[in-house]
Amino acid sequence: MSAAAKPLAQTPVAALPGERLDWIPLALIPAIAILALPFIPSLPTWVTLTVAGLAMGMMIFMMAAGLTLVFGLMDVMNFAHGVFISVGAYAATSVVLAMKASMQADSLAANLSAILPAVLAAMALAGFLGWFFERVVIRPVYGDHLRQILVTMGGLIVVEQLIHVVWGPDIIPLPRPATITGSFIVADAAIERYRLLAVLVGLVVFVAMWLVLNRTRLGLLIRAGVENAEMVESLGYRIRRLFIGVFVAGSALAGLGGVMWALYQESVNAQIGMQVMVVLFIVLIIGGLGSVGGCFVGALLVGLVANYAGYLAPKLALGSNILLMVLVLLWRPRGLFPIGKA
Amino acid sequence: MLSTLISGDYPRSRVLAVALVAILVGLALAPFAFPGTRSVNVAAKVAVFILLVASYDLLLGYTGIVSFAHTMFFGIGGYGVGIAMAKLGVGWGSLALGIALALAVSAVLAFAIGLLSLRVKAIFFAMITLAVASFFQILASQLSWLTGGEDGVTYKLPELLLPGTKLMETTILGVEVNGRLVSYYLVFFAALAFFLVFLRMVNSPFGRVLLSIRENEFRSEALGYRTVTYRTVANCIGALGATLAGALYAIWLRYTGPDTTLSFNIMIDILLMVVIGGMGTMYGAAIGATIFVIAQNYLQDLMKLASTATKGVPLLPDLLHPDRWLLWLGVLFIVCVYYFPGGIVGKLRAATR
Amino acid sequence: MAEALLSLAGVNTHIGQYHILQGVDFEVPRAGLTMLLGRNGAGKTTALRTIMGLWKASAGAIRFDGREITRTSTPDLAQLGIGYVPENMGIFAGLTVKENLLLAARSGAPDKKRLDWIFKLFPAMQKFWNGLAGNLSGGQKQMLAISRAIVEPRKLLLVDEPTKGLAPAIISNMIEAFKELKRTETALLVVEQNFHFARSLGDAVAVMDSGRIVHTGSMAALAADEQLQTKLLGLSLESHQ
Repeated sequence: MSAAAKPLAQTPVAALPGERLDWIPLALIPAIAILALPFIPSLPTWVTLTVAGLAMGMMIFMMAAGLTLVFGLMDVMNFAHGVFISVGAYAATSVVLAMKASMQADSLAANLSAILPAVLAAMALAGFLGWFFERVVIRPVYGDHLRQILVTMGGLIVVEQLIHVVWGPDIIPLPRPATITGSFIVADAAIERYRLLAVLVGLVVFVAMWLVLNRTRLGLLIRAGVENAEMVESLGYRIRRLFIGVFVAGSALAGLGGVMWALYQESVNAQIGMQVMVVLFIVLIIGGLGSVGGCFVGALLVGLVANYAGYLAPKLALGSNILLMVLVLLWRPRGLFPIGKA
Repeated sequence: MLSTLISGDYPRSRVLAVALVAILVGLALAPFAFPGTRSVNVAAKVAVFILLVASYDLLLGYTGIVSFAHTMFFGIGGYGVGIAMAKLGVGWGSLALGIALALAVSAVLAFAIGLLSLRVKAIFFAMITLAVASFFQILASQLSWLTGGEDGVTYKLPELLLPGTKLMETTILGVEVNGRLVSYYLVFFAALAFFLVFLRMVNSPFGRVLLSIRENEFRSEALGYRTVTYRTVANCIGALGATLAGALYAIWLRYTGPDTTLSFNIMIDILLMVVIGGMGTMYGAAIGATIFVIAQNYLQDLMKLASTATKGVPLLPDLLHPDRWLLWLGVLFIVCVYYFPGGIVGKLRAATR
Repeated sequence: MAEALLSLAGVNTHIGQYHILQGVDFEVPRAGLTMLLGRNGAGKTTALRTIMGLWKASAGAIRFDGREITRTSTPDLAQLGIGYVPENMGIFAGLTVKENLLLAARSGAPDKKRLDWIFKLFPAMQKFWNGLAGNLSGGQKQMLAISRAIVEPRKLLLVDEPTKGLAPAIISNMIEAFKELKRTETALLVVEQNFHFARSLGDAVAVMDSGRIVHTGSMAALAADEQLQTKLLGLSLESHQ
């Protein structure tokens, strides 16, 4: 057997969702949902919790996807990733507060006329900040992991403080648009409208990413680059340009995640990005560093477990995702969908 | 004799030597030279953090490991003292027991984390330590029956260390000789002693191997050093140092809580101190901790002046607002990572050459 | 005599503080197969990587097809017509055979005639067209790596130890494939340890030792001179097969 053959070759593991699917980790999602069923007294409660869990998972996925892809492709762990989330949330807040009337109006069109610009502003500002980070902060320390960690932590501190400067240190309440508040009842189960929206948005984002990664030439380049960026260059592609694009896209996506998260919590504060960083790291580790599919599965699992645990064993809830991480690592030490790096 | 005391690790810069002596003298005479609760508090905090940051420098500066679990060990030390005093009754015996248990727990945890550090890349390791520290923080806030939860635990100390205890009727230089003074000097001398121990360690063959591992792990392995072992040992020693610092801090404050020991902000503060002071120098910890703690307490007053002075100018008053002192330290931190990897100490040493 | 396709003059390469290439001078002609031989650690892989721009030469000059390429970036070199097959093959395990080849065809899709030619050389590529590259055997992976390098015409092909770890039967297969390659307009520079492979295919040979070229000449001459073989490579290469 060739000396270069990796154990990965023996297992049919897909780094990203593709034609050849490793279905076991995917099956975990419904498995956990079903597992929780006997412990929850009423079916409607279970439905509510499951939707809540999926919604939370989707938002976490949006926030984490960029982080894992950037790591897989560029070997850069941006510890300041949380700032894209925060900045996105704040940018959206500014827009939304300026358009209070439209937000409170009872028409979907009016609401959208406030929300859509808010989301676009969030993604644009987060994306721009991402471009700035890649160019100025991270590029000088490519390949030096130690300094990367330090520098991005520094960036985190500075940007968080700058948020205070621009938007003030107080928590800003952020009400949801009028037509997406409240719940509707389906067979006794109360499903929050907003959470359903979050699930939809998350699915759209995931499917879009899947399509790009698996059906486009760009996606091909990214998948190959994640495995072996040097080889992609040797085939004639200027992969550095791709790096910037992916970094900016990942940051913009995090900005979107930030908006959704802020609306979920109905408030923004400067720590919003930092608070969620630990969860993001746990999701990345569970999913496998660099794997978008793993990130998706990991995020949903974390969301579901957090909500079920929050109901069944509140004391356990905060630490539930870490326990989940330990269990997953005991089963697959490199995460659910490890990427075979050359 | 001086050479033995500082293990031959001379400051190698006149300015640095002066600064270090100033810090030493300042801390030694703090209760007399800077009387007043606030200033003595600052001095005690400086002493504690010098030890805490020195123990982190062993990890980051000398072994090249980035760990986010250091505040966890700091907290273990603090809670060791706090829980012992609160639950086991006040006394020297239980104090010693509390500290000993804390050290044992830290050693075991550090060993376990050290084992992990072999297999994984630096980034993965950093992420895992972050998760572990976060978990510990959650535990501390949830196990309120043991740790007092979010409120933390307040307690008394053996009588000798209590502020109410008067040891002498007369005052020395206007300062009352009471338990608080004893407490302060306990903290000061302990911190100084352990700092010198760390200094000895990094100047020993052990320390030199650590440096060689940091420079070129591959070559060190080839030369026969099991980097695994050295890294794990360094991890444990660093953790023990942090635990001791935590215990000292708990003795000083007579309070331990999640916000004084486990908060991620403290981890960030440690990073700022060690990088700005100078990684891999030990003395950088002293410089960094002093600058940081003093800035934390006194810079804000200065910034307040500057902020009101620039009122009317757009943006500037907000940037100079006293609450934004961390912004400027963060900028300084980033500048150091890019341009001055040796921090202030490195810069001073380079200037003399 | 036509100008050499590739020429290195006084090339030095430092990796960190290690001085690997210490003044490499040699040329690769426009046609035929040049073998780069040498002991382990002589710097052969470093030489290929330096040519391909993956490591930057710290001194010296490299010329390709009439232009100076010492500072040219790797993607640009690929576009100038240099193909590279690294020591660990560099195939993308998570992609299918089809996707691997698609990626290598910069113009979009592989030329049909070219593809048929590749399938003739390596039938396994057609057989496992939609299979994951990571599931291929060692020999098949190497075939894929080479297929990728030739899916578009190249002026120069740099190949690093194509027979490493392969079974003798597969090596024979490889020799046939390389003989086919030699019939095209591609010049080849191949690093090898397997002397049988080298002798069957090499036209010219260059031997490296301690970061320098210590011998150049024709393969035929070297193959005939056992004493020279021992001196340069440490042992009689009859035994090294």
